[in-house]
Amino acid sequence: MSEVMSEHSISVENVCKSFDGGRIPVLKHVDLKIRHGERVALWGASGSGKTTLLNLMGGLDLPDSGRLDTFGLNPALEAHRLRLRREVVGFVFQLHNLIPYLTVKENILIPAVALGVPRAEAEARLKETLEILQMSHRIDHRMQDLSGGERQRTAIGRALINRPKVLLADEPTGALDEATGDVVFELLRGLAEDIGVTVVIATHERRFAEACDRIFRVHSGHVEEVSR
Amino acid sequence: MSFCKLILTNLRRHRVRALFGVAGIAFGVAAMLTVLAVVLGAIGMFRNILETDSQYMVFERNVSDLFFSSVPEASWQAVAGMPEVASAQPVLFGIVNSPGHPVVTCFGVESDNARVDGATWLAGERADFGREPDTVYLGLRAAEFMEAGLGDRVAIGKGMFRVGGILQTQNGFEDGGVFFPLDLAQEYFHREGLASIISVNLKDLSEGEAFKARVEAAFPDLVVLANEEFASNYSQFKILTATAWAVGLCAFLLGGMSVANTMTMSVFTRIREIAILRVCGFSRRQAAMLILGEGGIIAVLGVGLGLLSGFGLLLVLQHVPQLQGYIQASVSPFMIVGISATAVLTSLAGSIYPAWFASRIQPAEALRYE
Repeated sequence: MSEVMSEHSISVENVCKSFDGGRIPVLKHVDLKIRHGERVALWGASGSGKTTLLNLMGGLDLPDSGRLDTFGLNPALEAHRLRLRREVVGFVFQLHNLIPYLTVKENILIPAVALGVPRAEAEARLKETLEILQMSHRIDHRMQDLSGGERQRTAIGRALINRPKVLLADEPTGALDEATGDVVFELLRGLAEDIGVTVVIATHERRFAEACDRIFRVHSGHVEEVSR
Repeated sequence: MSFCKLILTNLRRHRVRALFGVAGIAFGVAAMLTVLAVVLGAIGMFRNILETDSQYMVFERNVSDLFFSSVPEASWQAVAGMPEVASAQPVLFGIVNSPGHPVVTCFGVESDNARVDGATWLAGERADFGREPDTVYLGLRAAEFMEAGLGDRVAIGKGMFRVGGILQTQNGFEDGGVFFPLDLAQEYFHREGLASIISVNLKDLSEGEAFKARVEAAFPDLVVLANEEFASNYSQFKILTATAWAVGLCAFLLGGMSVANTMTMSVFTRIREIAILRVCGFSRRQAAMLILGEGGIIAVLGVGLGLLSGFGLLLVLQHVPQLQGYIQASVSPFMIVGISATAVLTSLAGSIYPAWFASRIQPAEALRYE
């Protein structure tokens, strides 16, 4: 574990994943390693297996076979999965996955509640996060009052509140117009530089993939690094 | 933002659904409180009638109800003459109807009866009890619902009687009843020479067992019970209490099902939200506690509303003229604690399946398909 920890944030070895009792193979013997602080793109068409790979890395799903290691934790174990989701990984989804009847502040604080962060510390983190995201003026607004970009920034804030080591973003610009998508992407890229978080972005857009440090092409269940 | 606030926010957001759950529990609490209070109150009143002036009761063995008990005059005279006995007073119970009132309880007692002595005479003279022919004495509430005053003639069953006095006791049954001189009651109910029970006081309470043995040896068809034995052995009390609990528990079952339905619907319509919470680090236990917490709050609100409704209903029942003061609710702290605890447990039981379901939601799967 320590060897992997020292070199890589995420290690995926010979991982297979299928759905519907094996009838729909999605990932076939996937291998990849991601280093600390890297910005990595999983690039591929819809249905290629990008989301499944992100879910496996973040402990949202279980592989059929193979070995996963995310910051020394094994997502195949329930106890590790919980720690992963609470302390190590922050998720950003294409459709935001915010809770509509909660405010910006409440949505962002959900992971802090799950982890049991003391109120004062959570409030301090919230203030800092909102400043980074330039969302302080929207703190008490509900989701229906926000634009798509603001919602995605709220989702990024939620992903960051527990100070994760890895940000897993699944098509974070997919539901946004081009200009807003650019802003959100730059925000994610900037976070990797500013706070040193490893960022893995699943995207079908080549231009976003090319803005990352490394690109892994996901195609028909296989993953290969794109030479640049 | 805290875990509790999240629970409250969920309830507030689904307030109509939550209200149905609260109403279900409140219904159970109110029903159980009302039924138990009324039944136990009625039992208490009846016990009180029997206990007011005696330590032991003698009545016919193996009767299903004291109204069917027959103790011959020769037996009560013999009992009265036993060495342990300080006093033995016969009471004949009867039930008739009067115009507009289906049940009027009648008490046939001798003129020196202690319960007549202990009553407050609001009209008429205590000393005149049993001296005038065809004269009865009304409890206060009986006088009210019969709209009868001193000297009036009232219809009781098929008979017409003169009102010789109006008296007030501390007991709803007695206040809603009619006191007959014993011989008049025997004649009217065609039970000449009989009483329903004999109320006995002993010279020395330590001689109770000897007294019981003596009576039961001399009169095998009679049974002697101390008052507390009677309260715990009388089959009618047992039936009433069991019925009250059965009705109350059925009401709770309905309340619990209401909560189960509410919480199950709540979870099924929030699968995506719960999946999001799981993605954000909520453990299975936290997801389950979220639902159990909602169930708990529904229970607390339901208990509060149910107790308020129950007490309100009891207050109304006590003032319904047709009930003739028979409702003397008996509510003990133990009863309230028991009902509240049952309500909370019922509500939590109703939340167990939804909570278990919530804890089993797989985030990736839920987000993929929802």
